[in-house]
Amino acid sequence: MRYMMLIYSQENEAATPEDMHAVAAAHSALMDEVRRRGILCAADPLQASSTATLVRVQDGDALITDGPYAETKEQLAGYYILDCEDLDEALAWAAKIPTACAGATGCIEVRPIREFPQRAPVNG
Amino acid sequence: MDDHRATVESVFRQESGRIIAGLIRVSRSFDLAEEAMQDAFAAAVLNWQADGVPGNPAAWITATARRKLIDYARREQTRRNNEGQILYEYESRSCTIDEEMSRPFEDDRLSLIFTCCHPAINMQAQVALTLRTLGGLTTAEIARAFLLPEPTLAQRLVRAQRKIQQARIPYQVPDAGALPERLSAVQAVLYLVFNEGYSATSGDSLLRRELCAEAIRLARTLLELMPQNPENMALLALMLLHDSRRDARSTADGQLITLEEQNRSLWHQEQIAEGIRLVERALGRRNFGPYQMQAAIAAVHAEARTAAETDWKQIAGLYAILHRSQPSPVVSLNFAVAIAMSEGLEQGLAMIDSLSAGGELDSYHLYHAARADLLRRMGRNREALENYHRGLALTTNAVELRYLRRRIAELDTDSA
Repeated sequence: MRYMMLIYSQENEAATPEDMHAVAAAHSALMDEVRRRGILCAADPLQASSTATLVRVQDGDALITDGPYAETKEQLAGYYILDCEDLDEALAWAAKIPTACAGATGCIEVRPIREFPQRAPVNG
Repeated sequence: MDDHRATVESVFRQESGRIIAGLIRVSRSFDLAEEAMQDAFAAAVLNWQADGVPGNPAAWITATARRKLIDYARREQTRRNNEGQILYEYESRSCTIDEEMSRPFEDDRLSLIFTCCHPAINMQAQVALTLRTLGGLTTAEIARAFLLPEPTLAQRLVRAQRKIQQARIPYQVPDAGALPERLSAVQAVLYLVFNEGYSATSGDSLLRRELCAEAIRLARTLLELMPQNPENMALLALMLLHDSRRDARSTADGQLITLEEQNRSLWHQEQIAEGIRLVERALGRRNFGPYQMQAAIAAVHAEARTAAETDWKQIAGLYAILHRSQPSPVVSLNFAVAIAMSEGLEQGLAMIDSLSAGGELDSYHLYHAARADLLRRMGRNREALENYHRGLALTTNAVELRYLRRRIAELDTDSA
């Protein structure tokens, strides 16, 4: 089953290039490992939450506003989608995802992806 | 009529945890397993009256419930009218009850207990799920025991079961790496059930007593399933030793009677004997843990024929160990009290005062209550009174409020 791992972390402006490099290196090591095991479906980092734009459609009109969905201390910073046997395996991988940088805090939200039953192709 | 009904009930009481654990394994669904088990017990009420009680009633229930699961899978398949997944692990061919009964009856309770107490499930739901499946309690019984509306509790159970299914929480004993942590989560759930029954003297007292009995039963099951684990032994011992005092610890009108003031002839000696045996066995493994220390402390109290004979020196030593491994304000305060009772009230008071040198315990009611108790023993009544009042202002627990008010009333009478 596929699990999406949402990375929430503090956007730390005090982080030095060395700090950021260390986090990036940890991600790429992890990505190599899950790719080698054949369980990596996707993984990407996101630009800072200051680049986020909200679109809300009301009565057919798109209302555009600045900002992320919620102004919280920890912001969505990236994600992994991994194909795991069960939640315990997913949690073990989630624990290896770096979330924090230069003393800032972070966490991973693990959510199973809702799979729809495969429908038989119409003309076999 | 009544006779076979009583048999059905006793089979349910003793075997339902094991039966449902096996049914969850084959159906991979808490819902279906429960439905099948209920149907099988309902069938037992009818069949056993006509045909007599079978030689192995639990195997009969399991076999019947497994056939129900096959029926459900067929019905579901017909309804969907497509390939749909068959949840059932073996061929849904028809076989006789006798054939079905000859299948191995494995014990899946350990998988069940670890799944129910999985940290991904909300703690209260872990408790409810454990009592519902392993304990065989009804939703109504659990709701009453925890003073919750039944729909709230039912909702909680449904959500937890849905999460197990949809997030695919595995139905298995965790691997060696995760086992210690996961086992202590299981132990914490069982101890929480016990404390829920033990700590409040208000509410439906019969039901609360049953909750303690249920926690003891579950701790016994855990020990039976993992018999080498000293913390499992100690957890059962701790519950037995506390529970042995149930008839001595409160007055008819629900007033708390302190350990010191209890009528020790009301303590249940057979439970104490079993508790002490378990503690000794656990400590013999030389692999200490927090439940062992707490159980050992409870055992020392239980061994004293009178309060005055209590071996406080040994208790202080045990608290010193517990304090090193699991420091907490409650442990520190109890450690100080043990020092006061073994080495001298002055030393104990000095230790309590040093605990709160930074003022961090100022808002903690037990700190003031413990200090007040020592001052009272030293005859410093005016200061004791002051501390009891401070504790009183910070307490919300009804039982503790009554205790503190009683102490205040006694000191007021003394000084009058």
